[in-house]
Amino acid sequence: MNNQRRTVLKTGSGAALLSMLAAAGIINPGIALADWNKAAFDAKSMADTLKALGAEQPADSKDVQVTGPDIAENGAVVPVGVTSAIAGTTMMAILIDKNPNALAASFTLPEGTEANVQTRVKMGQTSNVYALVKAGNKFYMATKEIKVTLGGCGG
Amino acid sequence: MAAKPMKIRASVKDGVTEVKALISHEMETGQRKDANGAVIPAWFITELTATHNGKVVLASEFGTAVSKNPYLAFKFKGGASGDKIALSWKDNKGESRTDEVAIG
Repeated sequence: MNNQRRTVLKTGSGAALLSMLAAAGIINPGIALADWNKAAFDAKSMADTLKALGAEQPADSKDVQVTGPDIAENGAVVPVGVTSAIAGTTMMAILIDKNPNALAASFTLPEGTEANVQTRVKMGQTSNVYALVKAGNKFYMATKEIKVTLGGCGG
Repeated sequence: MAAKPMKIRASVKDGVTEVKALISHEMETGQRKDANGAVIPAWFITELTATHNGKVVLASEFGTAVSKNPYLAFKFKGGASGDKIALSWKDNKGESRTDEVAIG
């Protein structure tokens, strides 16, 4: 009698624990999502943005690449991609030097996600586009100039 | 305005899943002015998260410089035909939307 009661208690608490774990899993799926980094997105200059991201002295790296057109006819839709060949890349960001706010987008990459993201950005004018990559505790950077011809007038 | 569904394509090849998404959103920068010279307030997606069977595979933060109707493409290891890929975004007005597709 007593034994049976013990078993019931055990299985009961086991099930409760499982459901608690599941609930915790739903609330926090895999990695903790950081709040939108207002300071970094509000920063005007490249230097301020890097500071807000905690990357004041990123090293230039050949393993990081910005992909995009040499000349973009329409500054409202510029396809830009970032790739990194550095192992353990956990964060990538796209920064546009001459835009009102330099930071365009940042991506957090959990393990298993390739360091290769493509998107489209807006550019006010011809500018250097930077890819900032974080691997381990170090930051790396690459740059590419994209010329913007407003209104498709050429030149 | 109710947000329109996202267009999401996910395909798996050699154990790597490629996800391409086209998100319907104004992405107003807050820099433009209307005909009367009044500034059009910023309205843009701030966060976009992609999950594969409930596990986060990409967490992104957007600024106003992401183009209107944002496009996003990325790849991750794993995934099988029929697995669920879900994308959800949140904008600076507090609106949000989640769409889900199966890997083709």
